[in-house]
Formats: sequence, structure tokens, C-alpha cells
Amino acid sequence: MAMHKKPEDTRVVVGMSGGVDSSVTALLLKEQGYDVIGIFMKNWDDTDEFGVCTATEDYEDVIRVANQIGIPYYAVNFEKQYWDKVFTYFLDEYKAGRTPNPDVMCNKEIKFRAFLDHAMSLGADYLATGHYARVEHGEDESVMLRGVDDNKDQTYFLNQLSQDQLSKVMFPLGHLEKPEVRKIALEAGLATAEKKDSTGICFIGERNFKEFLSGYLPAQPGAMETMNGERMGTHDGLMYYTIGQRHGLGIGGAGDPWFVIGKDLKRNVLLVGQNFHNDALYSDSLKAVQVGFTSDVPKPETFRCTAKFRYRQPDTGVEVKLHGDGTATVTFDEPVRAITPGQAVVFYDGDICLGGGTIDEVYKNGSRLDYVG
Amino acid sequence: MNGIYLDHAATTPVHPEVARVYAELLTSSYGNASSIHGTGRAARKLLDDSRAQIARLIGARPEEIIFTGGGTESDNLAIFGTAEARSDEGRHIITTGIEHHAVLNACKRLGKRGFEVTWLPVNREGQISPDAVREALREDTILVTIMTANNEVGTIQPIREIGEILQGHPASFHTDAVQAFGEIPIEVGDLGIDLLSASAHKINGPKGIGFLYQKNGTKLTPPTSGGEQERKRRAGTENVPGIAAFAKAAEIAYESLAERHEQHESFKRIMTDALDEAGVEFRVNAGQAQTLPHILNLSFPGTDIESLLVNLDLAGVHVSSGSACTAGSIDPSHVLVAMYGEDAEELRNSVRFSFGYGLSEQDVRTAAEKTAATVRRLSGK
Repeated sequence: MAMHKKPEDTRVVVGMSGGVDSSVTALLLKEQGYDVIGIFMKNWDDTDEFGVCTATEDYEDVIRVANQIGIPYYAVNFEKQYWDKVFTYFLDEYKAGRTPNPDVMCNKEIKFRAFLDHAMSLGADYLATGHYARVEHGEDESVMLRGVDDNKDQTYFLNQLSQDQLSKVMFPLGHLEKPEVRKIALEAGLATAEKKDSTGICFIGERNFKEFLSGYLPAQPGAMETMNGERMGTHDGLMYYTIGQRHGLGIGGAGDPWFVIGKDLKRNVLLVGQNFHNDALYSDSLKAVQVGFTSDVPKPETFRCTAKFRYRQPDTGVEVKLHGDGTATVTFDEPVRAITPGQAVVFYDGDICLGGGTIDEVYKNGSRLDYVG
Repeated sequence: MNGIYLDHAATTPVHPEVARVYAELLTSSYGNASSIHGTGRAARKLLDDSRAQIARLIGARPEEIIFTGGGTESDNLAIFGTAEARSDEGRHIITTGIEHHAVLNACKRLGKRGFEVTWLPVNREGQISPDAVREALREDTILVTIMTANNEVGTIQPIREIGEILQGHPASFHTDAVQAFGEIPIEVGDLGIDLLSASAHKINGPKGIGFLYQKNGTKLTPPTSGGEQERKRRAGTENVPGIAAFAKAAEIAYESLAERHEQHESFKRIMTDALDEAGVEFRVNAGQAQTLPHILNLSFPGTDIESLLVNLDLAGVHVSSGSACTAGSIDPSHVLVAMYGEDAEELRNSVRFSFGYGLSEQDVRTAAEKTAATVRRLSGK
């Protein structure tokens, strides 16, 4: 869907988080003459015993930046939707021994659904965010492309956007490298120009992940064993570990370092092995569920493309076979290390992000590696 | 700022005549009212005149008026001042669930400091029952604090009846009249009130000025320490130009009381008639209860407040709802929760329209039309 309105007649709602990226997003759109509205989204209440919450601080930054740019600003509360759609999923996945990706879910269900609907109810033509991705609105369809900054490209997290969602979004930072964004913010004197980037999952923030998770899920310590059943120590609870992880195992001694190979949920055992390139960490195909595409043009049943299995990983050549029920088998050109159920598999054709799904099962030589989940 | 301002219950523009007095005094009457020289005495005279003028309006004696830094400070002075002065006599406080945060949070804080607070419920029209006060009253009750009229839905509370119930009981009776002062006549003696809070900026006066009426003989230990201004009840150099401007604003408000009452009632009718004509579904929060004439709180089924308020703002209709949370998004109004319960749809779809200085009938009509168009679009009708 291509819009042919002039910028001044085009209303764009910018999702402003109080960070430098969304600040510059709003600035750039305002400079291009769009009718820009800044909206802060509150998804999580982390108010501490002193009544301090990070959302308050972030919203203060949104106010300062919006006033500097000269745009109206508002806030909207999606705490309930976030809890129901993202946090519940997040806990359920951990309970199932998998490693969820709440950012993908947040984009799919909150930012580009609840928030997009809110923006549209305000008469917006587009919703813009500070993601490092590009979207081109063509005559027939909108196409999502990787951000030009390889290091920051966020299409991995946006893979679940549908054509309908994509047709209503703008990613003005997709053409920029992160240092350029900082520079624009500094030159414009934006209040957030030198603000530290947020890290980690939004609702956990800078807190200790283990401590946070233990507040919601009971941790069950258990044994740590090699694939041959040799006991190597104890673990603090399977949910604290992810496939391929090296740190925090506490296995000393000489020789190669130890890594998480898998989990035996039934026995509550964490499987570990030596060597980064441990053979048991490698697989050659996977089954994905909730597979969706950014284009409405039907895909052939089988096609070749490249794929990413985790954020900031180089692409791997793959063959995708669709099963017609939202599931797909993805076969890799080369074995890939530490494929992790619960994470996203994202498909690319050159720079175009085709879509993706959730990794459900992992295979090697035709057999399922049930120890990875 | 383009837009029709229908949020006079939040704050008001300063009346031009008040602004003239205020601006003139800022440069001409800068003296410290406590100074012994001529410059100080001139300020002192202005202060005394203003005090007498305001006292007269509510049927009080001049020495019963304590000027403060605003409504919140007046409420805090009354509540913490009473608690501190009378904690030896008892530690029980009675209030309601619909008070302004200045009272609500002050009482909550006392609740954490060993005082026991009884929170009276309200009915669906936002009114408390005098019988509930009678039932809640105990031997160790030292303070009853109930607002004169609610700031969100406008419901006027049965202050006189409560005052009668408290006759013969030693508890101090405080009423937060910040929203009511200057909108409805208030005679403190007639109502049996010991303490009453009011604020200048709600009645076209400047921000940062208020007063607390303290009936002679009512015990109060001020929480702030400092100089001996305001008969040792409110330390700090008096803001004489602001106080004089407050007196001027109060005088204008009282002179125009009947006229504004009538005008605001007509604005309410214009608003509701226009919405009716446009076929918009709405309900009046406060129902048939007697309300302040300038406050009209409406519920629009099928809309969501977060979208409705932003849309109205973008359409140039400046209204409000509930109370803004610190992160900017709208928390459910505690007043509506008290009236309807936690899960009521009114919590998600109510808007407060409040009228005041400078509004014309045409403004109200235009705002009503824009509101109708927005509500119809959002509710899909």
C-alpha cells in the first residue's frame, strides 16, 4: 500500500521510549515535515518500594525531547496486554525448558498490534519506531530490509510482522549507522543524545536475570551430567541455562572449557560437554512453528534462502520446506552450532527479511535431538 | 495554544483584572510584611486588607485565615497539623475514598505512622452519607476530613449535616474546599467547619497561593518550622502580591457567583443537548446528585479513554480524566473506582469537562460537536 499524501498531511505516531534511537526517529520525521506525534508506551510496572520506576524517568526524557523537537506527546498503558501476551508466554516457555524471545513477541503482539491499533485510532497513517530495519512501501507491497548497520540490524526481532502491519510502519533509522544516530542527536542537542542504550529484556532491565526469574518460577536445582551420564556437579535450575552457554557452570579442572549441550527435563538434569565445537552442539535441520511471512504473495512449497537462528549471527544457506500448517522444516547447508528451541529462525533473501518462525525441534542426520528441547 | 480549554477544574487562566493587580504589586509592594519600616508596613497593610476581605467572604474572622502556598499545603497543614497537635487525645481519622490526593495521601501517610484511618464509601453518584460519618465516629476520633465538593465528578457533599453530627464531638472537622470555594457560597459558621482549605488558581487567581481557615480555638501544630509569620502557623515570608491577587480573584468570583452559576449550568445543557442531538451515547457520572455547576463528568460507552483524550486534544478540545500517573499514562480514577468499583467500564471511558472564565456558548458548542464526532468515530457509530 503506497501512500501519496504529502508529508504535512501524513500523520505519523512515533513510539518513543526515552532512548536516543526513538528520539532521533521523531526528529528526522519532524524535519521531513510529517505531522508527528510522540507516544510513550508503558508495558511494565517496576515501581520499587520507594515509588521509583524506570518508566517515569524514561517518560521524563520523552517529554524533554518532544518539547525540543516541538511535537505533542502522550503515553499509553499496555501493562495488561503485555502481561497476557508477552510475559505469560515468556514464563510458559521457560517452564517448558525453552529459551523464549520476548522481543519478537512484543513486536508482534504489542508494538505492532495493540500500539499500532492505538496509533491508527488517533488518525495516524503510519507508526514509526527506532528499529534498525528498513521498510519500502511499494505499489503492491511493503518490503522489509535489513538495516544498513550490520551490527545493529533488528529485522531478526521483527520477522513476525505481517504485510498488513508492515504496510503501516516506518523505520527511519534503517538507513543509518548507530554512530550517525548519536551524532544527529548530539548536533540537535537532544536531551537523550548521550543516554546509555538499554540492554537486556525490557522488563528485567539492569537487574539480575536469575534473581528476576526466580521471583516468578520456582528453581529446582539438579544434577549436571555429561552425555555419558558422568556427574559433573549441580545446576541451579534448568531455566537459568541456554544451549551453548559456557559461563556459570562452575566446572573446574584442566582441559577444554565446558558448555551446556542440552536439558533432560524429565530427570531435571543439565547436560554438559567439553569444547566449544562439541559435536553434540551441532545440528543440520530444524522444525519451526508459527512460520509467517512479511509478504502476502504465496511462497513455493520448497525454496532456498538464508537464515539466522539467533540475533547477530551470520546467515546460513538453508532450504525451507513448508508443510502448509504454519510449520516448516529448515535444512542447513552446513551444520550449525547451538540451535535453541524457543528462539526465532528468520529467513532472508539478500537484504529482504522474508519472515520467520519459532524453533521447535532440532535434528541431526534425520534424528531429533531431544536433549535440546 | 490553539484549542478550547475545558479543564478549568484543573486550573484556570488568571483574570485580567487580577493579573493587573498582581503585576503592579510585584514591583510596587515588594516589602516584607514583617519589617518595621515603611516599605514593610505598606506590605503588611495589603496583607491585612486581603485577609479581612477573604475572611468576610466565608464568614470568618481575619485571624482565622492562614495564607499558604496553595491547596495542597493547606490540606497538609490541616491534616498533619491536627494529627501532631491532638495525637495524645486519639489517633483515629475519618475521611472518604474520593478525596483529592492532597488529603488522600496525607491520610495514607498518617496510616503508616500509627494513626487509624476510616475510609468512608460513596454511592454511585459520588456522595457520602452523613449516617456513615455518625457510625464511624469514635471517642478517639480526632479529625474528620471530607471535601466540600469533588473535583472530578463535581458532587457536593452534605457538609452541613456532617457538621451537625459533629456538634458536641471533639474531633476537628476539616473540609477541602479547593474546588468549591468561589463556585458555591460557603459560610464556615453555618456549616460547623473547623478547618477549610482553598486555593487561588482554581478561581482565576495566581498559582502558588492558598489559605487555610482555622476556627479560633482549633488545635494545630504546623509541620514546618521557621519564622513567626501567620501567627506562627505558616513560616516563610508572605507572598503579599500573590495574596492580594488571591483576594481580588475571590472578590470577582463572589461578585459573579450567581451569574457564572447560571452560565455554567447553561454550558452543561449546551454540551449534553449537542451530544444528544448527535446521537452520542453518554451517561453523567454523578447522576442526579447536586454538583458544582462548572463540572460535567461524562462516560462514553464504547470508547477508551487513552485514545479518546488524545483524539480530543488533537482536535483542540482540552479536557481531562482521572489523574495522570507519573509515567504519563492514565491510571483509573480513584473517585470513579470508589463510585463504581474496580472493574466498571466508566473507569475506562469517562471524561471531565469543566467550564470557566473566557468560554463562550459557541466554544462549548464547538467542543461538543468535536467530542461527538470523535466519540462516534471511536465507538464505531
